[in-house]
Amino acid sequence: MNIELLKKLTECFSPSGREDRIRDIIKAEVEPYVTDVWTDALGNLICHKKGPGKKLMMAAHMDEIGFMVTHIEDSGFLRFVNVGGISAYNCINRAVVFENGTVGVISYENKEKAASAGLSQMYIDIGAKDKAEAEEKVEIGSMAGYKGELSLMGELATSKTMDDRVGCFVLIEAIKAAKESPNELFAVFTVQEEVGLRGAKTSAFAVEPDMGFAIDVSMTGDTPESSFASLSLGKGPGIKLKDASFIINPAARDFAIKAARVAEIPYQLEAAAYGGTDAGAINLTRGGVPAGTISVPTRYIHSPQEVVSLSDVENSITLVTKMIETAI
Amino acid sequence: MLLKQLCSLCAPSGWEDEARSFIIEQIKDIPGIEITVDTMGNVIAHKPGKGKKIMVAAHMDEVGFIVSGFTDDGFVKFKTVGGIMTSVLVSKRVVLGENKVDGIISSKAVHLQSAADREKPASMRDLYIDIGAKDKADAESKLSLGDYGTFAGEYTEFGDGYVKSKALDDRVGCAVMLELIKENYENDMYFCFTVQEEVGLRGATIAANRIGPELALVLEGTTCNDVHGAKPHQTVTYSGGGAVMTAMDGAAISDRRYFEMIKTLAAREDIPLQIKRTSAGGTDAGSIQRSGAGVKTAVLAVPCRYIHSPVSVMHMRDYDSVRRLAAAVLKELEGRDI
Repeated sequence: MNIELLKKLTECFSPSGREDRIRDIIKAEVEPYVTDVWTDALGNLICHKKGPGKKLMMAAHMDEIGFMVTHIEDSGFLRFVNVGGISAYNCINRAVVFENGTVGVISYENKEKAASAGLSQMYIDIGAKDKAEAEEKVEIGSMAGYKGELSLMGELATSKTMDDRVGCFVLIEAIKAAKESPNELFAVFTVQEEVGLRGAKTSAFAVEPDMGFAIDVSMTGDTPESSFASLSLGKGPGIKLKDASFIINPAARDFAIKAARVAEIPYQLEAAAYGGTDAGAINLTRGGVPAGTISVPTRYIHSPQEVVSLSDVENSITLVTKMIETAI
Repeated sequence: MLLKQLCSLCAPSGWEDEARSFIIEQIKDIPGIEITVDTMGNVIAHKPGKGKKIMVAAHMDEVGFIVSGFTDDGFVKFKTVGGIMTSVLVSKRVVLGENKVDGIISSKAVHLQSAADREKPASMRDLYIDIGAKDKADAESKLSLGDYGTFAGEYTEFGDGYVKSKALDDRVGCAVMLELIKENYENDMYFCFTVQEEVGLRGATIAANRIGPELALVLEGTTCNDVHGAKPHQTVTYSGGGAVMTAMDGAAISDRRYFEMIKTLAAREDIPLQIKRTSAGGTDAGSIQRSGAGVKTAVLAVPCRYIHSPVSVMHMRDYDSVRRLAAAVLKELEGRDI
């Protein structure tokens, strides 16, 4: 497995609305393998590979959850809001990094109990001695993401942004591996998924696919005393039947299951009450698009240490490759 | 004065007729203008040009009320239209229906309230509007179920350049647009006075679908919390602090190059500009941005204290900053791409 690429993708800075860097990395990887590549008004990277058949859209989102500066205190501390689904207790005393490399630590007004502190009682400490020094490094509107490296834990791996750089990785590697393209393939690396599936909405409108899949992370229920979830790590990619954003179209479900069987990889069916993926937006585009989601099972989603299984990642690549190679 | 006239119009979401007629009257004789009223009721004023297709939007609607029933003793039951806190309703003056029936939202006399009553805001269940009717039949002769209403509130200038009025959100945007629309442009300009923003950015969704713009500029009145007791990071915007630009709110993240262009432009033209310091709220930019294959958007707004109430407060200097900056942006877009 191309761990170097997974490392590069997961360590890149790119919160929602600031996907420039990750887009450049992905574009360089994918460009040699497709017919043409373009970036649309919202910043989606649309990679088109010609084929004789119908239009298949595969979407993985480039953006990550993060933080945006809303105020700089006279003391040099920064106040901030969340970009996407940041949980307050997860971010206390964690390191974050800005686009220009400025590093900060999030902490809270400790008159509060940590567990009850909301983001408005928190601040980012960037080591500035006063407002003037802070303003040399950041401004109101500057965004930060969690700081962290990819670490291997035996068969597992952890990073700040498995959601959804692992999906981007799977899609990139599948594009490279696919030997044929019976469909008109549109591999779309979407923006602003974490703030409401926004990039998928506009890119699906432009692409007008006949079928679409999101490739995204999904939570597991395989940790001590965890709440129920369908997936476990190490048992193969999930074929998601529903979450709060979509219910899989039968044609999309059959297509994905058949591809998994033909590829002879383990897979898990999954039904979730919560969460959403780009499939939700693709599904409701124009007159309607059969849509589904391929899930990479992931622990501790939306924390700075999201954990996946490398064998699941490998099997996800095999599955998505097979889907790309199969006429819809 | 134009802003005063606009604010005095009664045009809640879904019943924007009065604002629509007034606005059309203001613009119908502008040379070369093509005015369309679409199915939703948006006023789309097109000034054809050879360049990029640009959509400028401000919403005509304001928060208000809809009559939902009558009590036997002649009081009017109602629902709010758009986001109004129940706590601001009590004892406020309203006008209802085409005949502008005066009304007062009820309150329970302080003498009759228990200690527990005083602790919590009145519930919508207990509130009604008093229109001075002697019984149900009398009330029904003046109003019908489904009639709309708004707060009643005078537009007044006061203090050091401040204005207080109902409906500054978003008649300030409409007023700025009525000034901008008179200029000449090289780009293909669509000035949209949208409906139903306050109930979910609805008019702009349809207007943007119809137009298919490349770029959009949204003009708004926005929240301002620079009030006594607020910590600096909770102020959102400062009244008198200049035009407000949004980096990110609940509905949209502004296109960063467009955002940077406007920031640079404000500095170059020496126009006061502040960046909104919260992610709460949303504007028509949310629906315009995600229409069709996507549109680059930016939002400029006038800070309004006590927004969505019968008296919001703004500073004329901020209005002027938004007007100047919006005009500069539209000119700048003639010479360059984002």
